[in-house]
Amino acid sequence: MALAARKSAAGNKAASSARPTPARSTLRKNSTPTDFTRDEDVKAYREMLLIRRFEEKAGQMYGMGLIGGFCHLYIGQEAVVVGMEMAQKDGDQVITGYRDHGHMLACGMDAKGVMAELTGRRGGLSKGKGGSMHMFSVEKQFYGGHGIVGAQVSLGTGLAFANHYRNNGQVSIAYFGDGAANQGQVYESFNMAELWKLPVVYVIENNRYAMGTAVSRASAQTDFSKRGISFNIPGEQVDGMDVRAVRDAAERAIQWCRDGKGPYILEMQTYRYRGHSMSDPAKYRSKDEVQKMREEHDPIEQVRARLLSAWKLTEDELKAFDAEVREVVNEAAEFATHDPEPDPSELWTDILK
Amino acid sequence: MSIDILMPALSPTMEKGNLAKWLKNEGDRIKSGDILAEIETDKATMEVEAIDEGILAKILVPAGSQDVPVNQVIAIIAAEGEALSTAPKSAPSTPSPVASPSIAASIAAPIASVIAHDASSEVPAGTEMVQMTMREALRDAMAEEMRLNGDVFVIGEEVAEYQGAYKITQGLLQEFGPMRVVDTPITEHGFAGMAVGAALTGLRPIVEFMTFNFAMQAIDHIINSAAKTLYMSGGQMGCPIVFRGPNGAAARVGAQHSQDYTAWYSQVPGLLVVSPSNAADAKGLLKAAIRNPNPVVFLENEILYGQTGPVPKMDDFIVPIGKARVARSGSDVTIVSFSIGMTYALKAADELAAQGIEAEVIDLRTIRPMDIETVLASVQKTGRCVTVEEGWPQSGVGSEISAQIMERAFDYLDAPVKRITGKDVPMPYAANLEKLALPNVAEVVEAVKSVCYR
Repeated sequence: MALAARKSAAGNKAASSARPTPARSTLRKNSTPTDFTRDEDVKAYREMLLIRRFEEKAGQMYGMGLIGGFCHLYIGQEAVVVGMEMAQKDGDQVITGYRDHGHMLACGMDAKGVMAELTGRRGGLSKGKGGSMHMFSVEKQFYGGHGIVGAQVSLGTGLAFANHYRNNGQVSIAYFGDGAANQGQVYESFNMAELWKLPVVYVIENNRYAMGTAVSRASAQTDFSKRGISFNIPGEQVDGMDVRAVRDAAERAIQWCRDGKGPYILEMQTYRYRGHSMSDPAKYRSKDEVQKMREEHDPIEQVRARLLSAWKLTEDELKAFDAEVREVVNEAAEFATHDPEPDPSELWTDILK
Repeated sequence: MSIDILMPALSPTMEKGNLAKWLKNEGDRIKSGDILAEIETDKATMEVEAIDEGILAKILVPAGSQDVPVNQVIAIIAAEGEALSTAPKSAPSTPSPVASPSIAASIAAPIASVIAHDASSEVPAGTEMVQMTMREALRDAMAEEMRLNGDVFVIGEEVAEYQGAYKITQGLLQEFGPMRVVDTPITEHGFAGMAVGAALTGLRPIVEFMTFNFAMQAIDHIINSAAKTLYMSGGQMGCPIVFRGPNGAAARVGAQHSQDYTAWYSQVPGLLVVSPSNAADAKGLLKAAIRNPNPVVFLENEILYGQTGPVPKMDDFIVPIGKARVARSGSDVTIVSFSIGMTYALKAADELAAQGIEAEVIDLRTIRPMDIETVLASVQKTGRCVTVEEGWPQSGVGSEISAQIMERAFDYLDAPVKRITGKDVPMPYAANLEKLALPNVAEVVEAVKSVCYR
C-alpha cells in the first residue's frame, strides 16, 4: 500500500501531461439524463418529499419558538442529496456544512432524532448538545454537521485519506456551498487530494447565494466545476434540480474515485427557496426569481410529473405517499416537542473520553 | 596573519557537535569555497566551508572528535609563506560568519545537570536508565507506538524524506514507509483538518507542526473540529489525535517564531495539553498521548530537544497525563513551572538553597487537566508560591495557578503569589533584548526572596 501511494504520486505527472488541456470541465446539464425505473422514481419522490415536509415542519416549529438559534433549511435542494445517495454504497462517508438536515435524512438517520436535536431534547441525535448544525452518526457514516464554513472540506478529505490508508474501497462525499468554495482550505484540500489520489467527491451545492451575496458578487470564477483545474481535478456542472442528472453525475464521480483516480468535483446547480436561515427574509433577490424556480424547476414536481404521466400512478397513490411522509414528520415533531430537555448532569459529560 | 577556523553551529540552539572528518590535510592550499571538514550532530550533518585563502597550517581537532564545543578553534589557516604560531588566538568576541554564538547554550546548559529525574511513581525500583536526548526520546515514543498499532501514523511538513525539520522523526520513514510517515505540502490549515477527519474515523494521526507558531493557521481545526466534536455528537464520535511540535521561543528567531501557546490551548475544554521538561517525561507522556482517545496538544521546546537525560529502559514506559511531578522537595516556598521554565526554576532552587531557602519545585507536565491538587498540597506546606513560564503574563498559566491558590488555599498563604513570565512584548530579535524578554534565573530567585520577605 505504501508503495502504491508513492507510485501514484509519481505517476501523477505522466498522467497529467497526457491529459487534454485544459483539464476536463464538462457541462453536461443539457445532456439527457438516464431515465429512472419506476421504483427509482418512487424512491426519489418519497425521499425528497420527506426532506421537504420535514423542513417545512422545522420552519413552522422555529416560528413557534420550539427550535432556537440557527436553522438552515434545505427546501429546493432536495434532489442533490437524494441523487447522490442513490449512487453511494454502504460505507461511503458523508460530511457537510450547517445546512445538513436533508443530508442526514438521506443517509437514513432517524427523523425523530434529527427533529429532537433541533428542539434541543435528550432524544436528539447529539443528546440535545449539538443542535441544528451538529449531528453525527457512526452507524450511517455521517460525519456532521459543521458550523465553520469550509471546515468540512478538509475534514472530508481526511475521511478519504482514511479510506486510502485502509485501502477499503470507500468513497468520501464532501458537500459544501458556493460560499465555502472561496475558502482557502478548500484549495489546500484539493491539492492534497489530487496529489495522493484520495477518493473524495467534492459536491459544490451552488444555490446561487452565500448568505445574501450572489455568486457573481463573490466569485471571480462562477463556474465552480472549473475550480479544480489547476490541480487537474475533473469537474462537471450538473442540473441539481433534476435528481436523474444528479445520480448520473454521482455515479461517474464515485466510480472515478473508487477506481483510484483521485478526487472529482461536481457543481450542483441548485436553488434554495427559503432564506439563508430562518432569520433571513431574503430581500436580496426578487420574489419572481424564486417563483420562477419553484414553478419551472422544482425537483419534486419533476418526479411527480413522471410518476403520473410515464408510470401512470394515480393521484390517490401519490396522496398515500404524501400521507406516509406526513406521518413520519408529525411523529418526529410530536416526539421533539414532548421529549424532555437533557438532564442537567449532561452539561459535564462527553467532554473527554 | 593566521586565521582561526572555529567549530560552527548548525543552528542557534546547537552547543556542540562531532567533527566527522577532514577533507583537507595540513599543508594543503586552501581557497575560498573549499570544503574543509564535515561536522555532525544527532540532528544533521554540515560541511565546513573556507571563507579565507591560505595554507591549512594546523589541524587542532582530529577527525572523529566527539562533542566539540561551538566556537572552539579547530584549525588554523596561515597566509602563504607565513611562519606559523601553533597557539590559536582567543575566540573572537563578535560572531564569526560561520559560527553564531549560542545564546541558547547559556539558557539551556544547566538543565541536564540540574534535573535529577524523579520518576519514582512511574518506574519500578532498579530499572536501568539510559541517557538520551529529548529528541531521541520523542522519536522512540512514536516508533514504539507505531509498532504496536497500525492505525498510528505521522503527518506533517518534512517529517519523512527530510527526517523532520528538527529531526524528531529521524528514521521513521525508513522503518514505516511513506503511507505512515506522510510529508505534506506547506498547508497547515488543510493537513490539520485532513488529519482530524482521519481521526474521526478512528485512525490515530500524530500531526507534527514544524513549530506551533504555524499551527495558528490550523487552530480552527484543533479547537472547533477536534476538541468539540465529542461533545457536539453527544459522545458518539471521538477524535484520537496528537498535535505536536516545538512551542515557545527557540533562539534569535524573532517575534513570529517565538510564541508560547500553552495558555491558549489550556483554556479549551475537550483538549489535553502536555508540555514535558525532560527526556523521560517526553517519552512517557508522548506514548500516553498517542494512546489517549482524545485530542492532545503536545508542546515541545526546541532548546530542550538536544538536552540529554536518563530515560528508563522499559518495554512500555508510560507517564500518566494529568499528573504533576515534585522535581525537588522543599519547605520554604513552592515554585511551579513546566517545559523549559523548569530550567530556570531548578537552577534558582539551587541558588536559593545556597542562601538558606529550600524551594519545592513542581513540574506540571500536563497543563490541562492541571494537577492543581499537587500544587495546593505544596502551597499548604510552604505558604508561598512563585510560578515560572515563558508565555505572556496576561491570562497565562501562572494567572490560573494564582487564581486557584487564592480560591482554594488563601488561608495558607503567607505572601501573595508571584508570577515570573515572558515580558508583555512581541519577541525581539536582538540578542540582548531577547534575553530581557525571556524569564531568567535571577528573576526567579528575586521573586522567591520577595515572597519570603528576604
